[in-house]
Amino acid sequence: MKSLFGLLIPLCAVLLALVMGAVMLFTLGADPLSGYATMFGAAFGSIEGFSETAVKSIPLLLVGVGICIAFRANVINIGGEGQMVMGALLATTVALLFPGVPSLVLIPMVLLAGAVGGAFWGAIAGALKAWFNVSEILSTIMLNIVAVQFMNFLLRGILIDPAEVARGTGIPQTMRLSPNADLPILIEGMRMHLGVVIALLVAVGAYMLLWRTSMGFRLRAVGYNPDAARYAGISVPKNVTAALAFSGAMAGIAGAILVFGSESHRMVTDGGSTGFTGSAGFNGIVVALLAGLHPIWSIPSALLFGGMLVGANALQRVAQVPSALIIALNGLIVVFVVSSEYFKKRYMESGRVDVESDAEETEEVKNG
Amino acid sequence: MLQMRGITKRFPGVLASDNVNFDVRAGEVHTLLGENGAGKSTLMKILYGLYQQDEGEILLHGEPVRLNSPADAISHGVGMIHQHFMLVPTLTVAENVALGLQSGRAPFSDLKNVSKRITELSRSFGLHVFPDEYVWQLSVGERQRVEIIKALYRDASILILDEPTAVLTPSEVDDIFVIFKRLAADGRGLVFISHKLKEVLELSDRITVLRHGRVTGDTTPAQSDRHDLARLMVGREVKLAPDAHAVQPGEPLLVIENLFVDGDRGKHAVQGLSLEVRSGEILGIAGISGNGQRELAEAIAGLRPSQSGKITLAGHDTTRCKPRQIREKGLSYVPEERMKDGAVGEFDIKENIILLNHDKEPFCSKGFLQFGTIAEHSRKLVKAYAVKTPSIDTTTKNLSGGNIQKVIMARELSAGPKVLLASQPTRGVDIGAAEYIHERIARQREKGTASIVISEDLDEVMALSDRIAVMFDGRIMGIIPRKEATRESIGLLMTGEQQHGAKQRA
Repeated sequence: MKSLFGLLIPLCAVLLALVMGAVMLFTLGADPLSGYATMFGAAFGSIEGFSETAVKSIPLLLVGVGICIAFRANVINIGGEGQMVMGALLATTVALLFPGVPSLVLIPMVLLAGAVGGAFWGAIAGALKAWFNVSEILSTIMLNIVAVQFMNFLLRGILIDPAEVARGTGIPQTMRLSPNADLPILIEGMRMHLGVVIALLVAVGAYMLLWRTSMGFRLRAVGYNPDAARYAGISVPKNVTAALAFSGAMAGIAGAILVFGSESHRMVTDGGSTGFTGSAGFNGIVVALLAGLHPIWSIPSALLFGGMLVGANALQRVAQVPSALIIALNGLIVVFVVSSEYFKKRYMESGRVDVESDAEETEEVKNG
Repeated sequence: MLQMRGITKRFPGVLASDNVNFDVRAGEVHTLLGENGAGKSTLMKILYGLYQQDEGEILLHGEPVRLNSPADAISHGVGMIHQHFMLVPTLTVAENVALGLQSGRAPFSDLKNVSKRITELSRSFGLHVFPDEYVWQLSVGERQRVEIIKALYRDASILILDEPTAVLTPSEVDDIFVIFKRLAADGRGLVFISHKLKEVLELSDRITVLRHGRVTGDTTPAQSDRHDLARLMVGREVKLAPDAHAVQPGEPLLVIENLFVDGDRGKHAVQGLSLEVRSGEILGIAGISGNGQRELAEAIAGLRPSQSGKITLAGHDTTRCKPRQIREKGLSYVPEERMKDGAVGEFDIKENIILLNHDKEPFCSKGFLQFGTIAEHSRKLVKAYAVKTPSIDTTTKNLSGGNIQKVIMARELSAGPKVLLASQPTRGVDIGAAEYIHERIARQREKGTASIVISEDLDEVMALSDRIAVMFDGRIMGIIPRKEATRESIGLLMTGEQQHGAKQRA
C-alpha cells in the first residue's frame, strides 16, 4: 500500500506536467496527442530509438545516482556539472598518457580516473562544508564554473588536437583518443554501448552502498540526524565529505563515459558552460528527485528524461515546435515532483497516527 | 461555573477524548491527571478554543457556549497559563500584559492604567510582579506570575494551569501553591494539569484521572493516595520507587576533578566541578535545568570540549578523547534529548539499536551489514526491554516517547557499561515506562556499573540515587546520602544555598 502510493505520487506529477505540456503544445498550434505520440514513439517506439534513449540516459542516471547518495546524507550537490567535467578531464588525460594499454585494462583505468576526478572535485566542496561550514550549494555551483574554465583552458591549450592547431580551426577538442579506450558497442549498428551496463551496475552498487554497508549506514545517519550521529561516535565532517566524494565520483564516471562512448571518441566542448555535459549534471538532480532519491528508481526516471531528450528532436521535426519545449516540460515535472512532497508528507503523517494507535498513544504525545 | 458534558474528540485513527465529563466549581482547584496522551491537553485545548469537540457541550456560568478560538475562550473568562510562557522578553511586564488588548485610549497606548491595575492585582494576590520590569530580567518563577497576571487582567474566572510546576524549584512550588490557593479563595476556578502525584494531592480539591481519552477516576485527596492515583493513570499496579538493592560501592569508575566547561553562550557553564562515582552506586544529580548539567553530561561523553580539569573513566584519562573512544572505554550515555541526540527518528528500530555498533562484528562484516544478526539482536532487545512496537522495522519516530527511550536504554545497557550516564531518563515518558526504566537503572548496581542520573525531577533523583549531588551555577553545592536527604535540604541547595548555611547568592 505504502510503496504503491510512493509510486503513484511521482507518476501523477509526471502526468500533470504532461497535461500542462499539452496545453503548451496546443497554444503553439500543435496537436498535443500526436505530438506526444511522436515524442514517445521516437524515444521508445523502436529498438533504434530505445538505444538512443539509453545512451542519453547514461549520464543522467549516473549523476542522479550520485545525487541520491549526497541528498541522503543531507548534502545538496549542485556540482554535477563540474564533477563530470573534472572526471572527463582526468580520464581523457589517462587515455592520452597510456594509449597502448589493452582495452581490458585501459577501460577500467579511464573509468576509475573519471571517478577519481569527480570525487576529488566533490570532496573539495565537501571538506569546505564539513570543516569550514561553507554552504555546499554555493561552493558546488561555483566549482562548476571553475571546472568549465579549467576545461576550456586545457582543451584550447595542452590537450588540444594538434590537427586543430595545424588547420587553424581551433575547435576546443582533443585528438581521437586511443581506440583501446572505446566503450564497446553492445548491439551491432546501434549506439548503445557498454556505458549502459556500467551505469546500471553503478546504480545497483549505490543501492548496496546506502542500505547494505556500514558506510551507507553512516551516511544516512548523518543525513537524518547529525546530532545523533555525533553522539554515536560517527564523524559528521568525514561523512559529509565522503558523501560529496561518492556523488562526485558517479558524476565523474558519467563524464568519462560521455568521452569514451561518444561517436567522435574525443573530449569536446563548444566553449559554453554546458557544452560538454549537455546539462546532465543539473538534469541528474531532477532524475533523482523524481526517483524519490532511490538509486534503483533512478533507472526508469533517467530513461524518462533521456527519452524526452531524444523525443524532443522528433517533436521539433514533426510538430514544428521548438525543442526548448522539452526544457519547459522538464521544469514542470520538477515543480510537480517537488510540490508532491507535501502530499507525501501528509500521507506519512496519517500513517504515523495509525502506528501510534497500535502503541496505544495519541497524537498528544507531541503536544502535551 | 464550568461544565463540559460528554466531550468527544476524534483524530484520524484515535479517540482522543471519549465522552468526558468535567466540571469546575468556583473556589476550587480541580486537577486533571493523566499520562502523556491520556487526553488532558485535548480536553483543555477544547476548553481554550484551540480545538472544537466533535460531540458534547460546554456550559460556562450555566450557558452553553461554542468556543471557536482562544479569543472566544478569553471573552468567556477562560485563561490559560501555558507550560511554555507566551511572553516577549524584550518588553516590560505592562507591555506584555497589554499586548493584544484594545487600549482604553486607542489608538494610543494606555500603559499607565495597565500598570496601575497590574500593581493592584499583584498586591491583592501577593504576586510580587512589577509592571516596569523587563521580562528578560525575570526569573522563571516571576515570569510565570506575569502569565498569571495576564490572565487575571483579562478577568479570567477559570484558570487552566498547564503543568505549572515543571519549571520551578521546590520552594518556588510552595510559593506558587499559596498563590493558587488564594486565587481559588477569591472565587475563581482552577484547572491544575500535572502528573506529579505529590503536588496533585497537596493542591487539589478534586481530582479527575484520564486514561486513553476516558475518565478512569473521580476522587479527592482525602480518599486516595499516590498508589491509587498511579493505578488509575496506568490501569494497573505501579511501583513508584524501585526496590533498593544496596550494593557495597566498589572502586571509583568515574572521577571528575576541577572541571571547567564552556556553555553555548557565555563562559563556564561548569565551573570547577569535582565528583566521584563508584562501582555499584548511583549518584543522582539534582538541580534546575540550565545550571550546567547538560554541559557536564556532554563533557563526560566527549561531545563538548572541557576547558580544564580532568575526567577519568575506568582508570583512563578521557578528558580529550573523542565520543567513540570514550564509549570504548566503557561509557553508556542516555542523552537528555532523545529525539535530537539519542536516536535517528527516521531510522527503524533495528538501525537505532545498532547505531553505535553498526561497524563492528557481528553486525558488520567486511563493511557489509549483517541483517540476520542485526534482526536477531534487535528482536531480543525489543523483547527484553518490553518495547511496544509492531515490529523491529517500524520507524522509530512513530513510537511513543517511552518506547523510544526503552530502545535507547536497551542499546546503551546492552553494551555492558562500566559507567552509565543518564540524563533526564524519564522526561516525557509515561509512568509505566518510567517505572521500567528506573528498575533497569537500579539493577545496574548489581552489575557493578557506576551510574549518574541527572534529573530535574526530584522524586526521580530521590527514588533512584544512593547519593544526591545538587548542581547550581555549574558547581556541586553539596552531596547528600539518600538516607539523610529531604526535599527541603535538596531544595535549598538547588537555589544556591550552601550546604552549611553559608549564603552564596540571594
